Amino acid sequence: MGGRVAIIGVGQSAFVRAYPGSLRELAFEAFREAIEDAKISPKEIEASLICSAPEYDRQRSPAGVIAEYLGLIPQPTCYVETVCSSSTTGVIMAYAMIKSGLYRIVCVLGVQKMSELSSMEVQERMGRGADIQWESPFGTMMPAYYALYARAYMDKWGLTSEDLAQVRIKSSIYGQINDKAVFRKAVTMEDFLNPESKFAEPVASPLRVGDCCANADGSSCIILASEEVAKAVCEKPVWILGVGSAAEAVTMTGRPDLTEGLRVARIAAEKAYRMAGITPKDVDVAEVHDCFTIAEIMAYENLGFAKPGEGKELIRAKETYKEGSIPVNVDGGLLSKGHPIGATGGSQVRTIVLQLRGEAGPMQVRDPEIGLVHNIGGVGLYGNVIIMGR
Amino acid sequence: MKEKKEQDTRFEKFGVVSFTAITKVNDFIDYLEKGKLAGTRCKKCGKLYFPPRADCCECLSSEMEWFEVEGKGKLLSFTRLTYAPVGFEKVLPYTLGLLDFGQYKVFGWISKDIPEEELKVGMEMVPEVIRLEGDRLLYHFVKAS
Repeated sequence: MGGRVAIIGVGQSAFVRAYPGSLRELAFEAFREAIEDAKISPKEIEASLICSAPEYDRQRSPAGVIAEYLGLIPQPTCYVETVCSSSTTGVIMAYAMIKSGLYRIVCVLGVQKMSELSSMEVQERMGRGADIQWESPFGTMMPAYYALYARAYMDKWGLTSEDLAQVRIKSSIYGQINDKAVFRKAVTMEDFLNPESKFAEPVASPLRVGDCCANADGSSCIILASEEVAKAVCEKPVWILGVGSAAEAVTMTGRPDLTEGLRVARIAAEKAYRMAGITPKDVDVAEVHDCFTIAEIMAYENLGFAKPGEGKELIRAKETYKEGSIPVNVDGGLLSKGHPIGATGGSQVRTIVLQLRGEAGPMQVRDPEIGLVHNIGGVGLYGNVIIMGR
Repeated sequence: MKEKKEQDTRFEKFGVVSFTAITKVNDFIDYLEKGKLAGTRCKKCGKLYFPPRADCCECLSSEMEWFEVEGKGKLLSFTRLTYAPVGFEKVLPYTLGLLDFGQYKVFGWISKDIPEEELKVGMEMVPEVIRLEGDRLLYHFVKAS
């Protein structure tokens, strides 16, 4: 088997409410930044993976159209989909493609233009990300599923609505200093406690508007290369040390104990830690899939940063702040950046790459050596964990 | 002229909005019509499935029989929705819940007659089939007596 696999270029568009251009143009924004970062020519890319969730697109089979627009033909391309974790699935597939020796440089492009649909239509499609035969007929949607996890978890472990609000407050601190985030205002506990405030408005109890991330348009691009290429072209390659993935029952009836968080995250993390030969204590900075505040608390535990039920202690003690023992989502996370489904995982990977290179600007944590990405598709339907090092 | 083959689309009646018309477990709807909630049991290995399945993924058999959901389930979690997907606005607010019956779990609505304050994780509930506008069928959970 070949040598190591590195990330040699990263890019991301600003995440915005409504991108003033087409899907391919949005994809180009992240691509250009990643190519300029990698200092290579598009012609050197040997294959591309276009990652997104198709239900938002009017274009049938978007991969070919996007690859053409990016100047990546006649090299092969294909579409990769695991909803919200599509682009980390793409990164893991690209890792395997390079590791196999079949390709030396692969581009993973995540993109989503959600604004082509109304918010209600988006919610309808998200509901259909669940089991359409047995659960969607009851009127399900993403916040409701995470709310079921939140309720069971809070009942067992004594997590409070104030703890959940603290996750959003932390997120807003970093969202304000991330110029690519869609939500850049400060959030305070008062916003959650004032019943007149939009943040306090219930969505699916116990989750409120303030507990939910916003839809967004955005793109992300990660360029991976073989060890040989990376050493030749890249000053600061970031190495992929470990990857792990898992899948779960779509129906809630097929799920294990809701109070234990997401099984996919736990399994993916175990695999990635084993492959990287590290433990959770070795992680210096992490990006977790905080589509809802409860999701970040569950991630702390599923990744082994906290014992079961003790995730709340990390946020209460500010251990996941930039200066804490395990900084999490110091780019604002999904809660502040926004969540353009197919682009989200690539954005998380980009943040960790910039952190490991020492190029994260005001968000930089002190001298991290190992970083981790936790990206979830659907309500814990798919889970990817990627561990990276300098 | 060739006669058009009639399709069994009973499942279209399931829920506020059904996204599935044709399934091999359409008899589920007949059970609902009789006020009963049913799952399937694999005749070969005995595994119980709720929601029902036509095929067993444990032993790959397609020899299944129906069983009725009976007894009380324990409420594992619930959520009251004040936002809804397209097509469900008119039934807002509604509450979703998950009941544990030991060998299987059942996902569904919780009766609108129960105020949210009276719901508690761990309480015992039973499913009850309900008829919605337009003769549509669904089930919800009520307190176990």
